[in-house]
Amino acid sequence: MALSTERLGLYNPAKPMENRLTDLGPRHFWQYFPPIIQNNYGKWKYHEILEPGVLVHVSETGDKVFTVRCGGCRFMSVEHIREMCDIADKYCDGYVRFTTRNNIEFMTDTKDKMEALKKDLQSRKHVSGSYKFPVGGTGAGITNIVHTQGFLHCHTPATDASSMVKAVLDDLFDYFQGMTLPAQLRISMACCLNMCGAVHCSDIALLGYHRKPPVIDHEVIDSLCEIPLVIAACPTGAISPAKTEEGKKTVKIKEDRCMFCGNCYTMCMAVPLADKEGDGVTILAGGKISNRISPPEFSKVVVPWLPNEFPRYPDVCAHVKRIVEAYAADANKYERVGDWAKRIGWERFFEKCDLPFSEHLIDDYRLQYDTYRTSTQFKYTEAAWDVSRAAGGIE
Amino acid sequence: MAFEPREEQKVLKYEELRIYSDAELHNYTDEELKNFKVKHDIPDVDELEKGPWPSFVADTKREALHRKKLAKDRMMIEADVAEDLLGQLQVSFDDGETHWKHGGIVGVFGYGGGVIGRYSDLQERFPSIAHFHTMRVNQTMSKFYNTDYLRCLCDLWEYRGSGLMNLHGSTGDIIFLGTFTEQLEPVFYELGHVLQQDLGGSGSNLRSPSCCLGKARCEYACIDTQDMCYELTNHYQDELHRPAFPYKFKFKFDGCPNGCVASIARSDMSYIGTWRDNIRIDQEAVKAYIGGEIPPNAGAHAGRDWGKFDIQKEVIGLCPTQCMWMEKGKLMIDDKECTRCMHCINVMPRALRPGKDTGCSILFGAKAPILEGAQMSVLTIPFVKCESPYDNIKAIVEKVWDWWMEEGKNRERLGELIQRYGIPKFLEVLEIPPMPQMVTEPRSNPYIFWKSEDVPGGFERDINVYRAKHKR
Repeated sequence: MALSTERLGLYNPAKPMENRLTDLGPRHFWQYFPPIIQNNYGKWKYHEILEPGVLVHVSETGDKVFTVRCGGCRFMSVEHIREMCDIADKYCDGYVRFTTRNNIEFMTDTKDKMEALKKDLQSRKHVSGSYKFPVGGTGAGITNIVHTQGFLHCHTPATDASSMVKAVLDDLFDYFQGMTLPAQLRISMACCLNMCGAVHCSDIALLGYHRKPPVIDHEVIDSLCEIPLVIAACPTGAISPAKTEEGKKTVKIKEDRCMFCGNCYTMCMAVPLADKEGDGVTILAGGKISNRISPPEFSKVVVPWLPNEFPRYPDVCAHVKRIVEAYAADANKYERVGDWAKRIGWERFFEKCDLPFSEHLIDDYRLQYDTYRTSTQFKYTEAAWDVSRAAGGIE
Repeated sequence: MAFEPREEQKVLKYEELRIYSDAELHNYTDEELKNFKVKHDIPDVDELEKGPWPSFVADTKREALHRKKLAKDRMMIEADVAEDLLGQLQVSFDDGETHWKHGGIVGVFGYGGGVIGRYSDLQERFPSIAHFHTMRVNQTMSKFYNTDYLRCLCDLWEYRGSGLMNLHGSTGDIIFLGTFTEQLEPVFYELGHVLQQDLGGSGSNLRSPSCCLGKARCEYACIDTQDMCYELTNHYQDELHRPAFPYKFKFKFDGCPNGCVASIARSDMSYIGTWRDNIRIDQEAVKAYIGGEIPPNAGAHAGRDWGKFDIQKEVIGLCPTQCMWMEKGKLMIDDKECTRCMHCINVMPRALRPGKDTGCSILFGAKAPILEGAQMSVLTIPFVKCESPYDNIKAIVEKVWDWWMEEGKNRERLGELIQRYGIPKFLEVLEIPPMPQMVTEPRSNPYIFWKSEDVPGGFERDINVYRAKHKR
């Protein structure tokens, strides 16, 4: 049965429940493993990165599979996917896979095919000049940035995602195609605190953030939203019931309690937060997911806010690059960004990355005590001298 | 070995299923594409075509031109949907704010998830994206596909939707981005009846579980991530499609503690492969690493000269438990002190391999910051054997869900519920004893919630008995 072309296809709106197939689940994975993968499932012995973006995995059976990894956009058109399919048909017997970080992986069973494939991938460019399938994203480098929908599809963003990722990766492209860093460096991007991109455990995280409390649509809030749910949605208890001058039910917001999380807006469309001047980008650093050497770690806020400079975010790009370069220059082999910051001390991190330290970076939310330093062990940096001077301790 | 599907899989052949002819698929030249201008003025969006990283704008324009040159009756929504999307993006840049309306309840009959309603708030200006609903298509495990399948999806989505999608969304689904309400049911029917493919999860459901590539192409994998993920996804189809939970719930399956699918940070129930015997050592290969014959860390650091490999400094010295040493030219490991962090194995994959007695650790409660701050999963069950059909694991899942559905507040994630009640209560639910491995250190305050039954005689006391001994 071919895909149908009638306007409503196989669906009959007069009998919506007729022939309804449900709960089929995803298609089974085994049929999509190329033969080399099927034959060596569970038998892989070791792997090696032959060059940036190219891996070989060697099986106990002696078989080898060569993988060429290339960057993908996550947001892609069917035209792009069809081109990917043409490549997979030409070199990979029609198989292709995607990584968790939105990279595309083409696999072949011989080195010669891999070389031809790699050459082909690197040669393909969009008519305006960018690579279609840049090879890289392996080892001690920067792989693809995982991200969220932003202005292309989301109703709560405080910035755009695809454009920021494009700008940052253009800037860091050599790190994508190289392996010159002390360890892998994972960058993630989420356009609001809901973090459908879950950026909270990344070496560097870019996070869209609102800075103005919600503006209340008094006209409609009572008819469109459950006011008690809106009140209950606020984690700091900043929202309370109120009445308009005309006596309509609404809410009021204690502005100094708002932490701009947007949870109220998720519950109720009558309290939008988005605002051109208010919205911008927070940068976090030092998180990771792997259990290697040190346990997984949350990312920490290192830049409280930068403006949304569409479409290229020069300030965000410059800050990211500063962190990457300071890390590249100073960290030990195998040391992730967070491990490096811990070893040298966060005070030294701010100094080396040339980032100002403002009061915004000191936790004053509920769980703040965990981050207080209750020790006399510290390093002297300019920020420390500033404090001593301000306190009259030194001249 | 081969894994078997629960239901026989239809073989999908693009040649038999396709909508578009070759002529339709190749309906423009590079020259036309170079000269193509979308109907809106989009200077900032155009700027994003420059630079080496793949440009999503260049790609979207390609789709826009392709649609423009298809016959009008060969698409069920407007041809210029991609152009309107880029137009609205430019306006969003100008205004510094998104132009998608809040929510919109749409779906397919009988399901409470898998479709997310989206409407433009600039419908007069961009009528072709007035509706721009999302459909989540449950990805195959670890995202392996063949081109027959992908080409079918492409034809289906170009015909009945925008032709724009995500490979993949953050949770793991294939995301179809942008269609009108009328086409939701038709897409669902085509997926199910023709492609034997279901939607994924959204809302207060089990979300589409995801896994790393596991034993398919990784020597570190300790569990059959795809098979576990497939079995649990299919076993819990009802929970995936019909919202019955307080909030979302995610399963993720990592084959080893390297955690490539980020289960420890991103899933309410994280399955992480591990072993309980000894790391396998090939002493000859250890010598080869020491002698510089094999590049360390599988060549991951080849881009810079880090000097000669030093096993003492790079492996033994960095071992977090200091349980390794060299003895008479041999690498020794005190395995009972090892916490299986993977560092030594990552550095010397040809010399060291995880043990053979494998299973998974189960951790609970990770989530992003909304609402009470970000949480990572807490190590709760140190080792579980993972053998199909994973009945032991399903039993654990169901205990957790029963408790969470009973006690969880609206929009309370499991991790928040565990914090609200405390781990001791959670252990009661799971019917497991406590262990020091559940915490990094014991509590430093003595505010223990003793229970009546913990204390001889219980909490019931008579004030008169007390007063008989102690005058007021």
